Amino acid sequence: MINLIGNYSLIFALIISLGTMFFSFKNFKYNNILDFNLIVLVFLQFILIFCSFCTLLLAFINSDFSNLAVYNNSHTTKPLFYKISGSWGNHEGSLLLWLLVLSLFSLIFLIQSKKLSVSFRSLSIFFQQIIIVGFILFIFYTSNPFQLIIPTPNEGLGLNPILQDPALAIHPPILYLGYVGSSIIFSSSLAALVCKYTTNQWARDIKKWTLISWIFLTIGIMLGSIWAYYELGWGGFWFWDPVENVSLMPWFCLTALLHCSSVLEKRSSLQSWTIILALCTFMLSMSGTFLVRSGILNSIHTFANDPERGIFILIFLSCLILLSLIIYFKYNNFEKSNKSFFVSKETAIVINNWFMMYFLAVVLIGTIYPIFLEVITKEKISVGPPYFNQLIIPLLIPFLFIMSIGTKLDWIKNKEINVRYKKIVLLILSVLISYLIAKHLNTKILYSTVLISAALYLLFISILDLKNDKLKWSQKTSHLAFSILIISIILNSIFSEEQSVNLKAGEEKKLSKYTIRFEKISKSQIENYTSLKAEIWVSQNNNELIFYPELRLYKVPETITSEADIKTNLFNDNLVVVNYLKDTDYLNIRYQKKPFMLLIWISALMLAVGGILGLRKKY
Amino acid sequence: MYGKKVKLRFTYLSLILVVLILSTYLVLKSLEENVVYFISPTDIKGLAEINYDKKYRVGGMVKKSSISMNSEQINFIITDYKNEISVKFNGVIPNLFSEDKGVVAEGFLKDRNFLEASKILAKHDENYMPPEVKKALEGN
Repeated sequence: MINLIGNYSLIFALIISLGTMFFSFKNFKYNNILDFNLIVLVFLQFILIFCSFCTLLLAFINSDFSNLAVYNNSHTTKPLFYKISGSWGNHEGSLLLWLLVLSLFSLIFLIQSKKLSVSFRSLSIFFQQIIIVGFILFIFYTSNPFQLIIPTPNEGLGLNPILQDPALAIHPPILYLGYVGSSIIFSSSLAALVCKYTTNQWARDIKKWTLISWIFLTIGIMLGSIWAYYELGWGGFWFWDPVENVSLMPWFCLTALLHCSSVLEKRSSLQSWTIILALCTFMLSMSGTFLVRSGILNSIHTFANDPERGIFILIFLSCLILLSLIIYFKYNNFEKSNKSFFVSKETAIVINNWFMMYFLAVVLIGTIYPIFLEVITKEKISVGPPYFNQLIIPLLIPFLFIMSIGTKLDWIKNKEINVRYKKIVLLILSVLISYLIAKHLNTKILYSTVLISAALYLLFISILDLKNDKLKWSQKTSHLAFSILIISIILNSIFSEEQSVNLKAGEEKKLSKYTIRFEKISKSQIENYTSLKAEIWVSQNNNELIFYPELRLYKVPETITSEADIKTNLFNDNLVVVNYLKDTDYLNIRYQKKPFMLLIWISALMLAVGGILGLRKKY
Repeated sequence: MYGKKVKLRFTYLSLILVVLILSTYLVLKSLEENVVYFISPTDIKGLAEINYDKKYRVGGMVKKSSISMNSEQINFIITDYKNEISVKFNGVIPNLFSEDKGVVAEGFLKDRNFLEASKILAKHDENYMPPEVKKALEGN
């Protein structure tokens, strides 16, 4: 019954889509006042999709196993919180969530864009509806969350325990808010092209949406990487895994868009570049969903997947690309701005935009090259972290330097290039400090010195900028956060230490720096799993740390997860992860020292806070 | 001969071209160096030449009762039910690593029968089986 309601709401939402497309196109053609029907229809559509999502949620909460999606991903013994999060933890539900957010954003866009011209608004809604129709069809044909199973099973298969985690429960919705926010940017830039509305007013509007998606994407990526850090037990926060890369690519694009839309806003130049970035962002978000959900990525964490879905999204994606290309080439007649190079803020922004595009290209190639090679030569490969590190880190150096210089320059043309002694002192200081840090390393002293000093210099300049009244607080916060983030990541990767050892209970092993002792292990039954808690002592120079890492044995599905015990302080994380093998007495123990982890999380959060500050201003 | 604007544009374009070519070259070179090939134990037997300085990813199933452990290392055998290879590993094994389950070991080949792994990956999904193994099993 409840499944039927969900299913039919979706069908009605699809019908309404067609109505909305008709009305919005009519509205665009006969440019009068906004048809009241349009708002009603978009609102109705949102309510229907919301209804449909709620029924799925209810099915999950009530453990209604007549629903295939619930049967596959839920279990009666699961805590309520994970029953709820389970509704979007699977492929079908997550797409319904995509759709829900998509329609919500269309509604918000329509309501809050009252001041803009009717033809622009209705055309944006028209493009938005094309995306919505595509997604509803996709859900119907390849991943309907309301499929029934007859006869109804008594018990579900359970949610992969590794996904039963608070950070990962809210990770998909937040990431999707970021992805889907870019759909508005996409539709409104297509509409702006057609309506010849690529002005600074438009840039101001688009910037708001860019900021919103950027904030959610930043937080979404951060949550995912926090989860990977403590749940996967790999002892790192970024692995250049295809699934991670796919969320990073729209982030690069959005960041570039954010900066160049402020050039458009202030200087009315870079129109076509802004449009291209805006279109790319959504394409990348779509391909992100496609790559993750289709299962063609050779990733170690793809969850639900099915090749048929991939083909559908691929076709849909190509249609959208084609549509945007046609519109772009038909309507792009921007005024030619004279391209002259002055030392100015916009030059700095443009240069860093290009760096951003380079980073994007590197990540893109590294992510999809294996797919192409497999299709063409049948050879299976994976591209490892060294590829990304080799290509991205060296270019980070000029990127950071330009970023630290750029904020101080004026628009149009910098009047005087005043080199203050303060900055020189800071530069020398950062080089000195970096040398002292890099000296401890055995290899590549020069390279590390330059890299660390670029990051340090940016940090110093950002701190100095805090007093500068000409700059906005959003920018100051985000730039400072970014510099802290970069420097913590660099120091973290340089000074991380790791030791692993296999021990029996009561045994002790002396390693080069530490002594690790496996004291004992205790067993207890908690909710839907059995917990094995080990007691591990790590001592170094008479300093003793006691860790209680945990193993959780789940019955449905039969899985083990490791919970690391992490001791965090501002400058250092110490963590121990254990694992065991059936039929052996050995415990597989890994001790890690990870400096500045907390700073990485704090600065990523601060980056998002900077974005939120940017929203505050009334436009 | 040419106007100032044309000259400027020419310099601009050629600069972009040079940068593009340079970065493409760098990307391709780095790609070539850092690609890790994914192979099955049967593939290893068929390799014409083994590159001992290059990392490989060997995928297959963990052979039944082949796992042995001491305080420093874990030894086990990866099989695709046609051929097999011994693996030595020092580090942390993933949760889903166990007998008769799919596994991917990354590391350097010492010879055709021995891999010194630096990383072991197992899929998050307990029912996962590497595609090659699936194919091999279906073939039997």
